Amino acid sequence: MIRLEDTSGGAVSAAIAAERHRMGSPATGMVLTLLILSDEEAQADATAAAVGAARQHPMRIVTLIPRPGKHETRLDAEISVGGDDGPGEVAVLRLRGLLAEHANSVAVPLLLSDTPVVAYWPEHPPEIPADDPIGRHAQRRITDCATQSDALSALRARKAGYRPGDTDLCWTRITPWRSVLASALDQPPGRITSVSVSAEDDNASAVLLALWLGRCLKVPVTQTVSAGPGITEVRLGTEAGDITVSRSDGVTAVLSRPGAPASRVALQRRDLADLLSEELRRLDPDEVYGDVIRQVPEE
Amino acid sequence: MSPHRHEAQSANPLRDPLDQRLPRVAGPCGMVLFGVTGDLSRKKVMPAIYDLANRGLLPPGFGLVGFARRDWADQDFAQIVHDSVREHARTPFREEVWKQLSEGIRFVAGDLGDPQAYLNLKKVVAELDSSRGTGGNHAFYLSIPPGLFPVVLEHLKTSGLAEDRPEAWRRVVIEKPFGHDLASAQELNRIVGEVFASGSVFRIDHYLGKETVQNILAVRFANTMYEPLWNSNYVDNVQITMAEDIGIGGRAGYYDGIGAARDVIQNHLLQLMALTAMEEPLSFAADDVRAEKEKLLRAVSLPRELGKHTSRGQYASGWQGGIPVKGYLEEDGISPESTTETYAAIRVDVDNRRWAGVPFYLRTGKRLGRRVTEVAVVFKRAPHLPFAKTAVQELSNNAFVFRIQPDEGITVRFGSKVPNTTSVQVRDVTMDFQYGESFVDSSPEAYERLILDVLLGDPPLFPRHEEVELGWEILDPVLDYWAAHGKPDQYVSGGWGPHSAYDMIARDGHSWRRP
Repeated sequence: MIRLEDTSGGAVSAAIAAERHRMGSPATGMVLTLLILSDEEAQADATAAAVGAARQHPMRIVTLIPRPGKHETRLDAEISVGGDDGPGEVAVLRLRGLLAEHANSVAVPLLLSDTPVVAYWPEHPPEIPADDPIGRHAQRRITDCATQSDALSALRARKAGYRPGDTDLCWTRITPWRSVLASALDQPPGRITSVSVSAEDDNASAVLLALWLGRCLKVPVTQTVSAGPGITEVRLGTEAGDITVSRSDGVTAVLSRPGAPASRVALQRRDLADLLSEELRRLDPDEVYGDVIRQVPEE
Repeated sequence: MSPHRHEAQSANPLRDPLDQRLPRVAGPCGMVLFGVTGDLSRKKVMPAIYDLANRGLLPPGFGLVGFARRDWADQDFAQIVHDSVREHARTPFREEVWKQLSEGIRFVAGDLGDPQAYLNLKKVVAELDSSRGTGGNHAFYLSIPPGLFPVVLEHLKTSGLAEDRPEAWRRVVIEKPFGHDLASAQELNRIVGEVFASGSVFRIDHYLGKETVQNILAVRFANTMYEPLWNSNYVDNVQITMAEDIGIGGRAGYYDGIGAARDVIQNHLLQLMALTAMEEPLSFAADDVRAEKEKLLRAVSLPRELGKHTSRGQYASGWQGGIPVKGYLEEDGISPESTTETYAAIRVDVDNRRWAGVPFYLRTGKRLGRRVTEVAVVFKRAPHLPFAKTAVQELSNNAFVFRIQPDEGITVRFGSKVPNTTSVQVRDVTMDFQYGESFVDSSPEAYERLILDVLLGDPPLFPRHEEVELGWEILDPVLDYWAAHGKPDQYVSGGWGPHSAYDMIARDGHSWRRP
């Protein structure tokens, strides 16, 4: 790891290139730049998850940590390139003093040329991510409502600030659920008359899953509270009986359908690196997420 | 990819074409595996099934039935699968995934020729339909020597196991070799065709499941930079190589009498050539891609004087990578008189406007310098070089190389100025794209992709019997010529083939790339 104190965005970029040269591999196959905007508390987990995701998506990870206050105004950087951390490049930057308000000026020289930019706010997203100075660079902007205390109001904020290209990790978390439910309906089950989703209280993913089911199946969805962890059951009522997917341990679910034997499905909760990997697989706007977030009910 | 599936899926309200996160998951189904103790089953098929389950791509109630002449119970077979998964699976072992999979594992003991065993199999399959909800959809994977196909297929037919019903499919999966010449390939196709409709027959050529092979079409037809150069105006020659550094190992029984040309050129190299040289398909639907591949293979012609434009060899004893190795004729189980070739190289031409006059060299061999498979498109030299002769002495032809394995990716070779020289000097440099660099970890085993495609009924990556027969039509005259003319040349282990191979390409004024 290289430490640069009282430095600049351009100097950090040059230091990364020099380090690449020193290792004998100046040409790299980086596919994108990931900008993480985080406070000191959340930055370590977010950066570590991004490093994990870089195994699938070699990228330059730039973690910007604003440290406003009465500090001297300056930029400090920690850089690591390749090696045991995976194929990516990581720059963790602390923006002290007045610089905390000007993260964008630090980020610009660090964007890889002609490749996509993704922005990720692990905790406190701006009101309209697409209009944020950092978010404006990004074609994909990732937020995470699960880190907010009130799921529903967090989702409402995402709805209010939504622009195509936004996405939330709470939506990513339910992809395996959606996949299992979709394959349960691959054989036409007849008309679906009711839907219920059970999950622990204040779970943004459950809200999105319920909205998605309601949107696709065009029936009202009831939500019930359970002990968790996470989402515990989805029940689709049909004329022949209920199709249920229930998961009480957060690991394995049981799928039962009328007239068919119950079967076990691995449905494990995934870690942050997995979620980011899925998120980075496609960089065009997720229109289905857009439809779903727009349906979050107002108070 | 196929238009059919999209229609079928739009009936499911939870599947939205705009929803790009949901993976393609196979519908309710099971697989019956014949030849459970073979290397291929244990090292490739079983691990691939687990990896698919682990990635959430198998249906929840997937059933796997083993069939063999062993005195085993279900759990004995499950143990075999467990061990193979533990040892060979690509993705990490997760107990809950294994539990999901193992609940659907069954075993049927019996002789391949025993009608009773097939009745038992039928019962087990029916039991899976009721206990696991496999819905009557089953694929029969014949991981057995082709000599046993007729008996198995016959019994699948008479027992009614092979019967397709409108609401439930039955499919058969067969592995290469698809015959050893045109006549035997046609016979095999006839036998399979009597039992299964052609749309239900999946011939696995694992090469076609490789990401890098699929990437050939993506690179050619998704970009603007390459296709304008992809013709006889700019291309000098094309070299398609599949080299192995190992000998025949324990495969003497299979290999002797087959040889390198039948084993590799007929299927893998001709398929690679078809993908490299074919015209743009109307779409990527199976029928459209196959139509173009077939058109290309039909245009392939052999040189008139086969003796001058082909080469074959046998590896001699020697040193390879610092280790002493036996010659082919000294291998256990090989007759010292054997004329089976372990190296084969042929020149073919493509008789169409795009490729007239561009030779395609196909070569394969065992005990060569290193393990590598690649397609190299070698370009003509620039018509005029405005440099001093000394400046471009070190410049050779530009080349575009698809590296299929290992180290998957693309290499472009071109000339660049050497820095810090007082006069201009140009030298070859390469520009590399490595799959592992831009898409690390995302390259699933070919078998995962192919098995999933069998279960989804998605055929573009499987050769149709017409392609197999065309391959033999191209190769048969070479094999006949070799059979009638002398013996293979000996070549040094660890090198790049016999002298005759260098002579044959030099005759055309070209030279082999060192891959």
